[in-house]
Amino acid sequence: MSNPYYLSHLKELEAEAIFVIREVVAQFEKPALLFSGGKDSIVLAYLSRKAFAPARIPFPLVHIDTGHNFPETMEYRDWLVNELGVKLIVGSVQESIDKGRAREETGINASRNALQTVTLLDTIEQHKFDAAMGGARRDEEKARAKERFFSHRDEFGQWDPKNQRPELWNLFNGRKHIGEHFRVFPISNWTEMDVWQYIYSENIPIPTLYLSHEREVIERDGALLSTSPWLKLKPGEIPMKRIVRFRTCGDMPITGAVESFADTVEKIIEEVAASRKTERGTRADDKRSETAMEDRKKSGYF
Amino acid sequence: MSNINNQLLRFTTAGSVDDGKSTLIGRLLYDSKSIFEDQLAAVEASSAKKGFDYVDLSLLTDGLKSEREQGITIDVAYRYFATPRRKFIIADTPGHIQYTRNMVTGASTANLALILIDARKGLVEQTYRHSFIASLLKIPHIIVCVNKMDLVEYDQSVYDRIVAEYKAFSAKLEVSDIQFVPISALAGDNVVNRSEAMHWYQGATLLHMLESVHIESDHNHIDSRFPVQYVVRPQSKEHHDFRGYAGRVAGGIFRPGDDVTVLPSGFQSKVKAIHLGNALLEEAFAPMSVTLTLEDEIDISRGDIIAKPNNQPQAEQDIDLMLCWMNQRPVNLNTKLYIRHTSREVRGVLKEIQYKLDINSLHRVENVEQLGMNDIARVKIRTAQPLLIDSYRKNRITGSVILVDESTNETVAAGMIV
Repeated sequence: MSNPYYLSHLKELEAEAIFVIREVVAQFEKPALLFSGGKDSIVLAYLSRKAFAPARIPFPLVHIDTGHNFPETMEYRDWLVNELGVKLIVGSVQESIDKGRAREETGINASRNALQTVTLLDTIEQHKFDAAMGGARRDEEKARAKERFFSHRDEFGQWDPKNQRPELWNLFNGRKHIGEHFRVFPISNWTEMDVWQYIYSENIPIPTLYLSHEREVIERDGALLSTSPWLKLKPGEIPMKRIVRFRTCGDMPITGAVESFADTVEKIIEEVAASRKTERGTRADDKRSETAMEDRKKSGYF
Repeated sequence: MSNINNQLLRFTTAGSVDDGKSTLIGRLLYDSKSIFEDQLAAVEASSAKKGFDYVDLSLLTDGLKSEREQGITIDVAYRYFATPRRKFIIADTPGHIQYTRNMVTGASTANLALILIDARKGLVEQTYRHSFIASLLKIPHIIVCVNKMDLVEYDQSVYDRIVAEYKAFSAKLEVSDIQFVPISALAGDNVVNRSEAMHWYQGATLLHMLESVHIESDHNHIDSRFPVQYVVRPQSKEHHDFRGYAGRVAGGIFRPGDDVTVLPSGFQSKVKAIHLGNALLEEAFAPMSVTLTLEDEIDISRGDIIAKPNNQPQAEQDIDLMLCWMNQRPVNLNTKLYIRHTSREVRGVLKEIQYKLDINSLHRVENVEQLGMNDIARVKIRTAQPLLIDSYRKNRITGSVILVDESTNETVAAGMIV
């Protein structure tokens, strides 16, 4: 590059995210990082390490455990917590159900995805977290394109899209009243491609789910779903072996796989570059209605 | 493999429903293959549901239910696309007068502003307003797109007349780099692909301009400024004495061995090392996030600024601002507010409103005692403690502030230091 004083897009996005993560620690008393086990929250955890090195990450990882996780996600989570030397707090959806705080969905497409909101808000309240960082990106979904870096939530954890604080320059306003909290999204400006390029350039280990492997799946509404104890089969649905990988890591019964031979991060990047479908296109939770994400966000979803 | 060393260009668009802004963004996203099949399918389904016989690309950008119901955009939306040469972030803002605050928000982080002019209508009120805000927020580059050329028979004289008129008007603005391009967003002329209908136009396509505009000098690399965000103290056996100052370089370049002055204390020291993660860096420049260590043990905390001995920001308590008021509740003289500047927050009071600007005519309105939503005014603020400031003209980071309401905690205004 002609001018040596210029950052690549990845370095600039990294600098922006680190700035936001540090702002959170400086402005809030009890922040936390919402860790789903997916690639976005993994990148967020690695950015956090970079932001505070050589000190340890000064906040815990919070995992909202649906009880319907891929075993690979849990294995990776425990490895990462150990690798980063960070505290892990688990909020259990099963516990919320047992306590009567949430009710299990029924029916063929039942999932615990929406129930996470109850457990998430309970966990935030129980631990008195005043800022919860997440790996959501604006390119993921329409309702997220207008989300702020610092997203204000009222005392019920709700998001009011019509009443968001304007966000200018690098000046983030984290002032709040008692009982309110913030959701903060340091990688707002990253795309799926940026995340993969960053994982590649920083050599970040990822769960094996993202890489091509053989798996028993069924086909439903055009999506390939992994067989699991939580997936009820409809008549006529026959499990079959396929070579697949996952583009997102959500609740196991609703996260669709794609057929793929990409078994390295480099090949994933090539695949993403050629892909004509969004990653959330494989998520059954977004397909419920045109405004499914906006409605869930308003009530306090991630 | 896709390029991992692209540059990042942030640009803002502003326009009303009918000047083709959404179509242009749709065209850029579509022709650069940044729209996915499932997104397009969703938009096609919505268009059909509304009874349109065409695919309404504006549905791609109008995100919230409440907006789609009203058919207007109420907030800044961010869009992303990439070409083999650059990654782009679009801050897409609505153009109505009541949305000045959104335009200001989108412009605050932009390298470039896209201004759309309808070839049939020429320069209108909105053109002046968008251009003025771009210049007020010191966006370094402007591209003026003369759109809907297909509706004026691709007539060169129409284009030439609009360009001449814009040049005459923009001579009053402080924007050094302005380019022009005749396009049709609907037909695709000169957006991504060269127009077959305008052989008289020898310049670049819009996308080519976006890919090649010189943005390397947009950051200040002369006046060294490092606002301290957070003090890193590992307090572990291994790093027992480590005391690092975390922050994002706001201007200039820092290297190990550089003499520095810490403000407001005025203590002198030298940069010992520059850390990022496990790496030691040879230099840090804007907009890098790093951690500095110094040779001497000095008491430094969040809100301090590390600068060079011979080039320092001004410590001021009376601050002149160009202010954009962004809240529905108006503000009166002598209102107390929080002022956020770099990593520092102080209390202050609105001491004086020198004049309000009519942003269509640029006329000054004097004897004003109150500012309302979307007003832009020249004001004086008195702060409880000094702020370490530069003019906005010199540095967009150390020259900007936001004002926060003391009771609601809302961000109520944006200010550019004069």
